[in-house]
Amino acid sequence: MEPSPGGGLAGIGRGVTDGFAAVGRGVVDGLAAVGRASAFGATAARALGKAAMWGPQLSPQMLRVGVASVPIALFIATFTGIVMSLQASYTLTGTIPLYFVGVLVSKTMILELGPVLTGLTLAGRVGANISAELGTMRVTEQVDALETLAYDPVAYLVVPRVLAGTLMFPVVALLAVTVGIASGWVAALQLLDMSSAEFVKGLRLFFEPWDVWFCVIKSVSFGFVVTSVGCFCGLGTRGGAEGVGRSATRSVVASSMIILFLDAVWAATLL
Amino acid sequence: MSMEVRGLRKSFGEKKVLRGFDLQAGENETIAIVGPSGAGKSVLLKHVVGLLRPDAGSVIVDGVVVGDLDGSALGDFRRRIGYVFQFAALFDSMTIAENVGMGLRRAREWTPRRIRARTEECLALVGLEGMGDSRPAALSGGQRKRAGLARAIAASPKYLLYDEPTTGLDPVTTTSIDRLMLRMRDELGVASLVVTHDMTSAFRVADRITLLHEGRAWFTGTPTEVRSSCDPVIRGFVEGDPALYFGAGAGGKDDEASGPG
Repeated sequence: MEPSPGGGLAGIGRGVTDGFAAVGRGVVDGLAAVGRASAFGATAARALGKAAMWGPQLSPQMLRVGVASVPIALFIATFTGIVMSLQASYTLTGTIPLYFVGVLVSKTMILELGPVLTGLTLAGRVGANISAELGTMRVTEQVDALETLAYDPVAYLVVPRVLAGTLMFPVVALLAVTVGIASGWVAALQLLDMSSAEFVKGLRLFFEPWDVWFCVIKSVSFGFVVTSVGCFCGLGTRGGAEGVGRSATRSVVASSMIILFLDAVWAATLL
Repeated sequence: MSMEVRGLRKSFGEKKVLRGFDLQAGENETIAIVGPSGAGKSVLLKHVVGLLRPDAGSVIVDGVVVGDLDGSALGDFRRRIGYVFQFAALFDSMTIAENVGMGLRRAREWTPRRIRARTEECLALVGLEGMGDSRPAALSGGQRKRAGLARAIAASPKYLLYDEPTTGLDPVTTTSIDRLMLRMRDELGVASLVVTHDMTSAFRVADRITLLHEGRAWFTGTPTEVRSSCDPVIRGFVEGDPALYFGAGAGGKDDEASGPG
């Protein structure tokens, strides 16, 4: 049976209406999330004043967020440095002097790969961990229990994690940059026909101290984002195990997107 | 020492959970709040300790309107109340002793030595001597409830709120938890609200029983009065008869005063 022309138009009309409704719902949900995040940020800023509550938690969190993340960050940096060195040699051979391998490895590691790869890796390791931990505490009423014991959950749980991430991400990123450059250097010596003097010449050729500050600024912002988003998603968890899983996924996806957005913003404004 | 709930209303979206709930608890009194799952019993308890804010009505404890408290005033108020969670809500990253001492560490007058002594005292009171170094995951369901109770009483509260203290426990453990609640009342002199749907437990521990039905206190009376009531809602709930309970309660409307009269 063929649809009547009137029915077809009505169907199209319903489709358009549903489309607008879905867009409207998306906008409203998005604005609501921005509102919740702003309120969360304001609460966290106020909780900074409760140093007696978050102070004792800071160093354990710095160990968990920073020190425990060093092995995975260095593993990734090591192989990134090797690959950078080999690919730079492949690209430059026969066209540009080989000592430019040192330039490429150092500039790329300091300005981009060190902080961004570390940020994305820790968005998975640290962000998902924080979100799942706080989400589990939320659904098992441990957050409510903290409140009944006169603790401010934001001061006790959120502030030390965000401070630890903001302080430790640059440390981990600088270590990753150092190891990445070192592994690129070793790869250049062992696998390419290069001397140390050539590689170091390349390292020093375009080096600017500002590059290191740029790396630090990026890492600080990434650390703040990963831990804040992890805490926000974790404390906003609803439901049981499924809700915890959803929060962890949401935290990693949102952090990764914000990291890449910030990466572009910093490049456009600071370089 | 008094606790009063006046015309408490709370909705979550379209769902009206509490529709004008009233209650008064006297000194050293244990009131069991009974009702089916999802009736709003835990929601009520969370209002008493300020974890939820009412849409209308109020909870007044010792002359203080809980909904008006904020920040440090709310924190100070909460030290007067011990809350035993349904699944204990123990912090799984800590030992049992650390859990019990958690509320004490916030107060300056509690030195580490005093906290240790008080923790051991509370664990002994609930029958968990020597288990302070265990992790929550290593405890049975009954032991976790006991540990949750030890944490709730550590700061010597004036009021104890129990959220489904015997849910999921075997009859023997249920009896021991009931005895523990009676002991808390007698030895510590606290007033208690016990949220439960376990009528055996309610009859055993309560001085008065309130049936939460259709968001209101449908009936409040002594265990004897509950047992002898002819109201079909009460009979239906006590006897576990869905036809009687739901048949009798079907006519209730949103905002009308109703009850067995």
